[in-house]
Amino acid sequence: MGTASAAGGQAAPLPGRSPADGYLEHAAGYVLNDGPKLITSRLVHDDSFTLARYEATGGYDGLRAALETTPAAVHDEVRAATLLGRGGAGFPAGVKWGFLPPGKHPYYLVVNGDESEPGTYKDRLLMERDPHQLIEGCLIACYALGLQQCFLYVRGEMALAQERIAAALNEAYAAGYVGRGICGSDFSVDIVMAWGAGAYIVGEETGLIESLEGRRGMPRLKPPYFPAAVGLYGQPTIVNNVETLSNLPWLMVNGSDAYKGFGSESSPGTRMFAVSGHLRRPGVYEVEHGVTTFRELLYGDNFCRGIRDGHELKMFIPGGGSAPWFFEDHLDLPLEARPVGAAGSMLGSGAIVVMDDTTDAVRAAWRVVKFFARESCGKCTPCREGTTWLEQILRRILDGDGRPSDIDLLLDVGDNISPGPYPVAAHDGQEAVPFPPRQTTICPLGPSAVAPVVSTIRRFRHEYEAKITRRDPIPIEVVPVGASQ
Amino acid sequence: MTAVEPRATVEITVDGVSVDARPGEMLIAACERAGTYIPRFCYHPRMSPVGMCRMCLVEVDTGRGFALQPSCMVPVTEGMKVSTESEASKKAQDGVLEFLLINHPLDCPVCDKGGECPLQDQTMAYGPGETRFVEEKRHFPKPIAISETVFLDRERCILCDRCTRFADEVAGDALIHFMGRGNHTEVNTFTDEPFASYFSGNTVQICPVGALTAAPYRFKARPWDLTETLSTAWVDSVGSRVAVQASRNRVLRVLGADADAVNWGWLSDKERFGFEALNSDERLAAPIIRDAVGGDSREFRQAGWGEALEAVTAALAGASPERVAVLGGARLTNEAQYMWAKLAKGVVGTDNVDAQLGDGLDPQLVLGLTRATIDDACRPGGTVLLIGPDPKEELGTLYLRLRHAIVNDGVTLIEVTPHATGLSHLAAHSLRPRPGTTAGLVAELVAEAAAPGASGAEGSDPPRPELAAAAQSLAEAGDGVVVVLGRASLAEPASVINAAALELSRLPSARFLPALRRGNVMGALEAGLAPGLVPGRVLLDDVGDDSPLAQTWPRLPASAGLDAAGVLRAAARGDVDVLVLVGADPLNDFADRDLAYRGLRGASLVVAVDLFVNDSASLAARVVLAAAGPTECDGTFTNLEGRVSVMSRKVTPPGTARADWMIAADLSERLEPGSTSGLETSEAIRAELALVSEVHSSIASDALEADPMEGVLLPLPGTAADAEMVHAAADEDPGEGEFLLIAARTMYDDGVMLRHCPSSRGLAPAATARINPADAGGAGLEAGAAVRVVSDFGHIEATLTFDDGVPAGSLRVDWLAPGAPANALIAEGTEVTLVRVETR
Amino acid sequence: MTLSAANEARAAEIISMFPRPRSALIPLLHLAQAQDGYLTDEAMRRIGELVGATPAEVKGTAGFYEMFRFEPLGTYLVNVCTNISCFLWGGEELLEHACESLGVEVGGTTDDRMFTVEEAECIAACTEAPCLQVNYRYRGRMTPDDFDRLIEDLRDGRVDVAGHGVLAQVSQMIPADRLAGVVPPERAREAPVWLGRNEAGVTG
Repeated sequence: MGTASAAGGQAAPLPGRSPADGYLEHAAGYVLNDGPKLITSRLVHDDSFTLARYEATGGYDGLRAALETTPAAVHDEVRAATLLGRGGAGFPAGVKWGFLPPGKHPYYLVVNGDESEPGTYKDRLLMERDPHQLIEGCLIACYALGLQQCFLYVRGEMALAQERIAAALNEAYAAGYVGRGICGSDFSVDIVMAWGAGAYIVGEETGLIESLEGRRGMPRLKPPYFPAAVGLYGQPTIVNNVETLSNLPWLMVNGSDAYKGFGSESSPGTRMFAVSGHLRRPGVYEVEHGVTTFRELLYGDNFCRGIRDGHELKMFIPGGGSAPWFFEDHLDLPLEARPVGAAGSMLGSGAIVVMDDTTDAVRAAWRVVKFFARESCGKCTPCREGTTWLEQILRRILDGDGRPSDIDLLLDVGDNISPGPYPVAAHDGQEAVPFPPRQTTICPLGPSAVAPVVSTIRRFRHEYEAKITRRDPIPIEVVPVGASQ
Repeated sequence: MTAVEPRATVEITVDGVSVDARPGEMLIAACERAGTYIPRFCYHPRMSPVGMCRMCLVEVDTGRGFALQPSCMVPVTEGMKVSTESEASKKAQDGVLEFLLINHPLDCPVCDKGGECPLQDQTMAYGPGETRFVEEKRHFPKPIAISETVFLDRERCILCDRCTRFADEVAGDALIHFMGRGNHTEVNTFTDEPFASYFSGNTVQICPVGALTAAPYRFKARPWDLTETLSTAWVDSVGSRVAVQASRNRVLRVLGADADAVNWGWLSDKERFGFEALNSDERLAAPIIRDAVGGDSREFRQAGWGEALEAVTAALAGASPERVAVLGGARLTNEAQYMWAKLAKGVVGTDNVDAQLGDGLDPQLVLGLTRATIDDACRPGGTVLLIGPDPKEELGTLYLRLRHAIVNDGVTLIEVTPHATGLSHLAAHSLRPRPGTTAGLVAELVAEAAAPGASGAEGSDPPRPELAAAAQSLAEAGDGVVVVLGRASLAEPASVINAAALELSRLPSARFLPALRRGNVMGALEAGLAPGLVPGRVLLDDVGDDSPLAQTWPRLPASAGLDAAGVLRAAARGDVDVLVLVGADPLNDFADRDLAYRGLRGASLVVAVDLFVNDSASLAARVVLAAAGPTECDGTFTNLEGRVSVMSRKVTPPGTARADWMIAADLSERLEPGSTSGLETSEAIRAELALVSEVHSSIASDALEADPMEGVLLPLPGTAADAEMVHAAADEDPGEGEFLLIAARTMYDDGVMLRHCPSSRGLAPAATARINPADAGGAGLEAGAAVRVVSDFGHIEATLTFDDGVPAGSLRVDWLAPGAPANALIAEGTEVTLVRVETR
Repeated sequence: MTLSAANEARAAEIISMFPRPRSALIPLLHLAQAQDGYLTDEAMRRIGELVGATPAEVKGTAGFYEMFRFEPLGTYLVNVCTNISCFLWGGEELLEHACESLGVEVGGTTDDRMFTVEEAECIAACTEAPCLQVNYRYRGRMTPDDFDRLIEDLRDGRVDVAGHGVLAQVSQMIPADRLAGVVPPERAREAPVWLGRNEAGVTG
């Protein structure tokens, strides 16, 4: 990787960057605010990760409730709750579960704890601070579907999460919650922690399966490799996100009707959002799904309390690094997949990154593109070569070596990774292009790198142009030929 | 679900034209057969699709409109609509091409692939005129040697995964692998572990750019200077189809050709690079003669053909027929084999003729057993019983086919071999008979399969559950059993395997694939180059006076003659006047070095017909006739299945060297004027062969031309052999400090052809004595120790190695390691060879 | 070096937790890296034997994942995040400060082999930007002064962070009597018993 200054020489610090100016109300991690707490209720306790605390706060009641009914009834309850996947795609878990082909045992559960999408910070909290809730969620899923083994895949860089989960599993095995004859019943399942070693692409479910098979985590083509049909070891496999599964204990105790009492009809329950960037109170919030708007979340007293003092919103990423960017005009959209998708982006992994008017749009876009270039697995040519090329062009522009044709080149290279109109927010009277992008690649990583490029060129083309044709040229004295003679 | 009748074809629409596709085939293949070539780099029809390069993106109607799909990974479905020419398809393909080129060096003028490079071709055809990429290209140090023969230029690599997929999926030698990630991905080996695969050359052939190059061809020629002909590989009996490419009368490259029934386009490196020997400066370019051999022997001198042939003719004419013998002939084409059979049996009148050198199987048994093809052995869901050599070491492309069948098509492998093979880790059952006991073990296996419990395997002491399990597997195989039959250890006499084969022929519907190793050995047996046989699987004793053969040949031998062992014994006694070695090297290949030596020295006149002066000829020959090599004459080849395919002359032989058939014809004509009249081309010879042999009537030229790639299968023997053979089971317990000897061939050895191949000369493994680690303790032996392996008959020096694949109590040596000929340890006719290990 | 006796034993335990040995590859590589601080050729060869992969497959797999190293690093690997959220709060400046303060380039190791500084991508601490990890232990809201204090504390042993390669210091252990049973998929073709409740109703 290049040096920190590679992209901009010795640029002066941007205004508003000094700690004294910005760190005053800078919150740490999880913020307990007013509102329903379905999955973060224990996070206020210092010992939230222990079995003792978990049992003292209703822990494993959801499992017991599940064991008192039939597996099919548990599945029905999850289906009825319209529990949407929290990993990014937002597909209903109950429907996904239904894709398992009958009779092709063994089935596996793979828990996706490889949280790495830029701006995303919630699965780590749940793994570090409430691992038993996740384990209980796994057990409920395994019971419902007849999954015979569960692999809990934790991102490699998260040492504490690995420790907490290992410790929790050891406790849960000892206490009879996991393993043979769970709670004295005929339900038996092993949960084994696996962990990664630094590769964003492993968060893609087929890449995750490859990694779990001890290989390079390169995505498989779907079809034929839809995990529910052909997954781990070629067997039907359910891949669920940490937050998704963490909802199951509450759901089993309180039922789908209670669950649907929160949020909107199409997006019930709550969701965790990590809201980072230039805010007064950035943090991870459990938010009612579907009813809260971006404006409330970013400006509301109960949430982030607005842009840091003296500055205005310039743009924000509504759903993690892969999402096309939003602007002032999108603040009143609800936190709900469909309207956000129609407006040209996605809610994704619940990661909102807010940028104020001090932010250099080109540089911010380069940061995100650089991430995808570094994390491209290298399998598909357009992604392997294209993301790197995008990054190189952007860096060149930032370094003052841009060419007038570079803006079109960026868009065309992007088009060769993600052909056709790229999802983008409405602007200058043009309508939004709805999500998702098309792709010449197997997985969406390559197309994701196009998002910041297209988003910023559409809105801030003048910033690119300004960098390419410097507004403050150093005057060169032109001496007429022959003048000195 | 309701059962759906499998359909013969699936109708799809390609660019508006309706096309019949095969069910389950990939779109890219269906389009290609219909005449629409979709560009591709990673797709290879013989490997699983990975969809990596994205070059083959085309628009497919998904029902919700057209969308770009990789045609290499989309199976055809009824009614599928494809647009390969749409603007979106073209834009996507152009985009991929540009992406591939941005980091690809512009060194086409010095690249071996230039002129036959798919990337170059695509770029010329469709690519952008000018680059928009102004940044610095990715750099790697220029070519690195990833093996003795293969070089890798990572700058040229486009990461298509073909070589790495081949190494892993096809060869099972995952010694090259993607390293790093993303834009930093490269193909490489592990530190100090070269890509030492017997099949490494295939990666060079399938590389779609010039990233992989092979030492024998690097910088030798440009593709447009080469002309090529379809031929057949000659180094083993699989008969892989090859394209022989030459420039200016010199063979420069051999590529695998994709024969569906045989090698699927793959070659072993020995098949691929073996041509180098033919270009050796040490090739015989004219006959050579010396007046005496032995202590007072003088150097050979070059002779004219007239002088040399006259000398041989005189010796043959002067000898009584039963005192003449011909050994060898597996190197020859079918036509040359016929001419040599006719010379020996029909003109000279001797039946002391043997193409095998004691290292094969009973010819009558081989020709009589119900035959299976390679495809039969590889039929999905079938069962293969391996009683023979390690296919990976001896029959490279058969190994690849079997491996594919086991890994991908659910074929069950049961091996009954004295030591582990290259397929052992894939075998469902591995039984390890002690040397000498194979037939007995097979008898038990057959009995147990017929009636569980019959052999007492379960109740025996110690219990042998593995025998019972293998027998059950065999019983469940039903009519799908194919026995791959050959000689695993040359320290065990052929009679052991012959007897095992007879036991197996009792299994209902078992069929046999003879795993005889040597080149065109099947052709030789079919042509009658074996004692007691005439062309066409006919016993000498059964030749009727009015048969076409009797009508065509001047005479027939009076009685059945001697096999190789018998010939050498007779020669050693002084009972052979003329011994002709047609590409034979008994000193190195016959399983009794002492007898071979005495036989060669005992014959009055030894004549060799060969490309080189091999060790036997060097020892004993007084006349060596310079023969043309396999790329230097026309003819046909019969592989181990009995499949006949064309061998083509691509270049002329060096000097005055002649085709083997021509040498036989000249000698015949001198001995019996008129006996070869009209036999002046290989077609004419084939016509006479078809006339005298019913078996060969199917290989008239037009039949071969009908499908030159797949060739023509001779009518296969369909009845079990009725020969009765008696084999006294030998089961000796090794005494204290003794081992039972296993002598097995390896891919590379000190044979005369390999010695003259620059790229494989160094690959013959140094002599090792391999024992089971469990045997080390008592004997106080240490791995790596320099030892002497000693039998009652001789000794060799080797390095002691521990090998789990050798059962306790046995010791394995390689057949022809440099400086350590295993046949020095063995005496002909000995059932079991006991050896001791002495520390040097 | 190859695996120690204790790590051989632990490797066997890890392998036993997966239906196929190859699935243990990444955990075993972590084990080797914890032992030596990086992946030695000997360790990769040994792991290949344990999981049934060639050394090239082991190294090729390891090299896909950024955490695995083939050369020794400093005792403390300092990963400074510069991805979007940290960038907005001075991640680039923090990285620049770290390099200056330690006198190394990005990716470099201090002469005393104590510290290696690298640029990290998002490490899921975005609301605590700018953040970094020392051997994968988090430090959030880092000012340049905080950074210098952290380095001093590490040098003086006032902060307890295990050497590079050591991740979780708690291992999962499944007691034999609690194990439901880990078998290869081909030996688990039967539907699990509790699914029978769907027909039989709840049996408790």
